[in-house]
Amino acid sequence: MTADALPPADRHAMRARAFVATSLSGGRTVVSGLGSAPPLTFRQTGARTVHLVSTAAGPLGGDRLRLDLDVAPGTSLDVGSVASTLVLPGEGESHLLITARVGAGASLRFAPEPTVLAAGCAHRLTVRLALAADARVLWREEIVFGRYGERPGRCHARFDATSDGRPLLRQEHVVGDPALDTSSAIYGTARCVGTTLVTPLVTPGPACREAVVGDGVAVLPLAGPGVLVSALAPDAVALRDRLEWGEALASAPSGAG
Amino acid sequence: MHPALLLLTDSRLPAGGHAHSGGAEQAVASGAVHDLPSLSAFLRGRLHTSGRVATAFAAACCAACGAARAAPDAPPGTPPWTGLDAEADARTASPAQRAASRIQGRLLLRVARRVWPAPALDSLALAVPDPHHPVALGAAAHAAGASPGDAALAAAYHAVTGPATAAARLLGLDPVEVHRLLADLAPDLKELASLVSGPETAWAELSAHSAPALDLLAERHARAAVRLFVS
Repeated sequence: MTADALPPADRHAMRARAFVATSLSGGRTVVSGLGSAPPLTFRQTGARTVHLVSTAAGPLGGDRLRLDLDVAPGTSLDVGSVASTLVLPGEGESHLLITARVGAGASLRFAPEPTVLAAGCAHRLTVRLALAADARVLWREEIVFGRYGERPGRCHARFDATSDGRPLLRQEHVVGDPALDTSSAIYGTARCVGTTLVTPLVTPGPACREAVVGDGVAVLPLAGPGVLVSALAPDAVALRDRLEWGEALASAPSGAG
Repeated sequence: MHPALLLLTDSRLPAGGHAHSGGAEQAVASGAVHDLPSLSAFLRGRLHTSGRVATAFAAACCAACGAARAAPDAPPGTPPWTGLDAEADARTASPAQRAASRIQGRLLLRVARRVWPAPALDSLALAVPDPHHPVALGAAAHAAGASPGDAALAAAYHAVTGPATAAARLLGLDPVEVHRLLADLAPDLKELASLVSGPETAWAELSAHSAPALDLLAERHARAAVRLFVS
């Protein structure tokens, strides 16, 4: 372990909740609720855009963090982050819970920078995404297995998305058991895994109903109303390229492919 | 273990399982699986991801049949097959894998209805004619008199034996050595079957372990010009 992977000596486990809520005012989206708590701090960077800025190291082992997004019907929200999240070891497991509700006719783009699993970390990431029947979403998650040349700690990510109350996508990604990580059935030689869930603007046409495979990336039409872009890559730059390639295909209106 | 489990997991059961390699053919074609150690890692990874999901669903479906039988006044169509099948769909992002699972599920259901006729199998065929394989396996296990734990074990076994024998043929590996790999996985099979949750667990919470490389392999395989196995 490198020295900077160690938690700051005076840093104690944190419990924090941050939230963003939108509402419709005169036919336009306003960010009507914005709550921050270190280390989760939001800055509004546009009319309907917020960025997470890190105001403390971590998450560290023992942290319990929660992020709630509420996108009201007819509004749109864009959530990003200014830097990647470096998950560090500490006392026990860190847990980040993200909930998001996207109302009827609303649209959410959630595309933060990657989560990097430092050596020795023990992290749980839980995402619960509830979409109204005609909600639009682009939800990207990227997990990087350690910094350069570093063996990752442990991570267990669970993603649950429902559309109109019905299950749309449920996935768990487990990282940190070398015997399984390197299995050619799971991650193989990759050092990063990423997914983007896209629910298109319009009902996808035949072109979007077919899976498409590229180098280390697949565009997978789900059984429900949505497309999953799933990618593996040797590094974070290649991962982003592969996901964006797939997102462009998945977001193309019907007939464009 | 119920003796019917031997029949359910036997590769000679005429349910079409031999036509599927579970991604092994494409893994061999890509060079990722090329010898015994790489096959072993592939099988272990498959078992702990899609195999784990299959064990959870086979057990849940078997238990749902038992619960439905315990309530004789339950309306026709129960257990709630479409709900369970939709949960399996949500855990199978790859269309090629959904298709492979449903083909195998339909064939198994057809065989099971003749070998172990039961109202639960009839209601499944009515609600979902081509169910996901673990759903059909759970229902078939119940019809045959087996327990949810047995159904889980059968699903875990099915997750690795087909790919193992497919890879043995494609690579010309010593079949005895390949069976030794399978024997080495016995503790993992037992562990997975023991992880199966009780009937009080909501279906939404069942295992959803994903295998990104298997998804890629499945879609690549579906587009391959030459292939010996359907999946």
